[in-house]
Amino acid sequence: MEVINALVALTNYVIIPATAYGAQLALGALGVTLIYSILRFSNFAHGDTMAFGTAVVILITWGLQAMGITFGPLPTALIALPFGIAVTALMMLGTDRVVYRYYRRIRAQPVVLVMVSVGVMFVMNALTRFLIGVDQINFADGERFIISARTWNQMTGMREPLTLRTTQAITVVTAAITVAALFWFLGRTRTGKSMRAFSDNEDLALLSGIDPDRVVKVTWVLTAALATIAGTLYGLDKSFKAFTYFQIVLPIFASAIVGGIGNPVGAIVGGFIISFSEVGLTYAWKKVAGYLVPAWEPDGLVQLLSTDYKFAVSFVILILVLIFRPTGIFRGKVV
Amino acid sequence: MSPTRQPGDPSPLRAPLFFAILALLILLEGLTTGWNSALGILNMGLISAIMALGINLQWGTAGLFNAGAMGFLALGGLAPVLISMPPTPGAFAAGGMGILTAFVVATIALVLSVVTWRRMPKGRARGLAVTAILLVGFFVYRALFDPAVTAIEAINPSAAGNLGGLGLPTLISWPVGALLAAGAAWLVGKTALGLRSDYLAIATLGIAEIIVAVLKNEQWLDRGVLNVNGIPRPWPVPYEIDLQARPGFAEKAQAWGLDPTLASTLLVKLAFLALFIVVILLLIWASEMALKSPWGRMMHAIRDNETSAAAMGKNITRRHLQIFVLGSAVIGLAGAMMISLDGQMTPSSYNPLRYTFLILVMVVVGGSGSNWGSVLGGVLIWYLWVKAGDWGPEIMQAVMGPLPEGDFKTHMINSAAHMRMLLMGILLLVVLRFSPRGLLPEK
Repeated sequence: MEVINALVALTNYVIIPATAYGAQLALGALGVTLIYSILRFSNFAHGDTMAFGTAVVILITWGLQAMGITFGPLPTALIALPFGIAVTALMMLGTDRVVYRYYRRIRAQPVVLVMVSVGVMFVMNALTRFLIGVDQINFADGERFIISARTWNQMTGMREPLTLRTTQAITVVTAAITVAALFWFLGRTRTGKSMRAFSDNEDLALLSGIDPDRVVKVTWVLTAALATIAGTLYGLDKSFKAFTYFQIVLPIFASAIVGGIGNPVGAIVGGFIISFSEVGLTYAWKKVAGYLVPAWEPDGLVQLLSTDYKFAVSFVILILVLIFRPTGIFRGKVV
Repeated sequence: MSPTRQPGDPSPLRAPLFFAILALLILLEGLTTGWNSALGILNMGLISAIMALGINLQWGTAGLFNAGAMGFLALGGLAPVLISMPPTPGAFAAGGMGILTAFVVATIALVLSVVTWRRMPKGRARGLAVTAILLVGFFVYRALFDPAVTAIEAINPSAAGNLGGLGLPTLISWPVGALLAAGAAWLVGKTALGLRSDYLAIATLGIAEIIVAVLKNEQWLDRGVLNVNGIPRPWPVPYEIDLQARPGFAEKAQAWGLDPTLASTLLVKLAFLALFIVVILLLIWASEMALKSPWGRMMHAIRDNETSAAAMGKNITRRHLQIFVLGSAVIGLAGAMMISLDGQMTPSSYNPLRYTFLILVMVVVGGSGSNWGSVLGGVLIWYLWVKAGDWGPEIMQAVMGPLPEGDFKTHMINSAAHMRMLLMGILLLVVLRFSPRGLLPEK
């Protein structure tokens, strides 16, 4: 019984939150990795793209709610999501036209493009703040729990609570659908194949008549979609605050690099590695330890790291990967 | 470097002209808003200029992208706390030894694991051994560290609760700040340099967040978010109270037509200004000399064509590490100076947009690779950043004036403060696109 209690506590406090967070990171890392493999630079503006997309989704959600449209037990933001993606995609295409295209023409070094993305980051950041301000916003509505502590207790009669929030389930399901659609697109469609060809060998792809402008445009649209979905899911699960989205680029980059930057499967695996390490190392294990070793009464929280140091986890993993396997687990690109 | 001017070269009058415009802006600020504010902007602008000089060494001279200036700045800012604050009575006896032993244990564990990794044959046994060393090391470290921290933080928690400093003169803490930052930079550079160019950017972004998190949370070190106040000023800078109490000061101030309080604050700011100008001139002199030397020509050769420099037998990764550490040391110096100027350490005020990315804007706008450009960019961008914070709402008020009162108008006026972010982003993009060499291009 004690072992089961320990398992329930573990599921409740580590496995469920880390899975949801991992799915959000994976979607973010997929966006970063796509930009990296097609446009060949690390996009520092990605966090702010996520923030911008989410801000648009929130505004549309409010609009829908004002019109009395809701999604039953599901959050209204899911209806707003496609519109948010469309607006963000237009924004990305516009940014590419005005900013990035010139640097592709002159074949600028990747590090110059990184600097350019910092400029874009400032602009996106300012736009997001204009749109929605800097405050914390909670925009999840609908049913809060799929399994609340009370139903769990009625279902199983266990005193150790287990909760599954709707947003957590939605995160995982939406992420799974998005990833499946993305992989289908990259693997099965003509455009997706031309994108992979472009990523593998740009010159050869150009020789075979692949239109680079089209590939780049599709990439931006996909990135906008991934960023908006990731941002909205993260915002639904936790809450929206512009600055958090800026900070989340670090775990996202770490996920992409750990998995092997430029490699979509790697981005997903990396996202889960980072999220499980982060949650696992900052979780206070006292409860689980108490169930497993009843005789032991730990005086502290048995927490390996304080939650304030969660960034340190992504960083240390990043450094270890850079030292021991710079190409990442799945052999990404190294230029 | 050629003695005859090339057709595309900028006019030699360009630099004096831009600095004259800058002086005029500061003068206008002094005449309209007051000299206190003008000197305040100038002082902070000069500190930003020093940060920009550090970033310029990395970005302008070596093309290294440092996305973690904030971290090195904050680490440098720790130096005045640890060097020039008076020690907390009893703190070292309570937990100082415990913390030192804990750090020694951690270092031993790390060194031991590295040695094991290198010595043992490849295989599962090696992985297990290293993991075991690290795990045991971590738990021993926590067992020593946690009680020591509790003991220190229990001492007079409302005013101290930290180790305190050594009570040495503040000027000494400036080079120490540079050393602290250089140490951190060496660790990061050692792992991230020599790989893909933007790995360094991501690694520095991470270390910056971590350093600031440490400063925010480790109360025994710098009181965390409780802030350290009353950090002593560096040597020649007087205190306002002492000035006002000095016999004859009030009369002199009145002779200048100034209120004695105002005169004392202005004098303090001027003293800081003089100190900062000396530091900037020394830094520029040193880096100009270094860049003129064979070492500097080698750095330029590496930046302009890494492959051919490598073919000439230059070790690019080592040179990059060297310049990265040097540049970070300059940022650390600026961090220590900033904390002595403010007189307090507030870890929660470190914001990456302001202390990392704004510095990049300064360097790029001033002119990558040009030291005077960094100084110009530092002061000018800081001026714009401060003033845009004021102008934004005013312009928005004027634009929104004729509109009826309502949610939209309030929202727009409240958001106007974010205009400076937009301004900086657009400025950076425009300079990168249309004038990539900046206002004062490198010679």
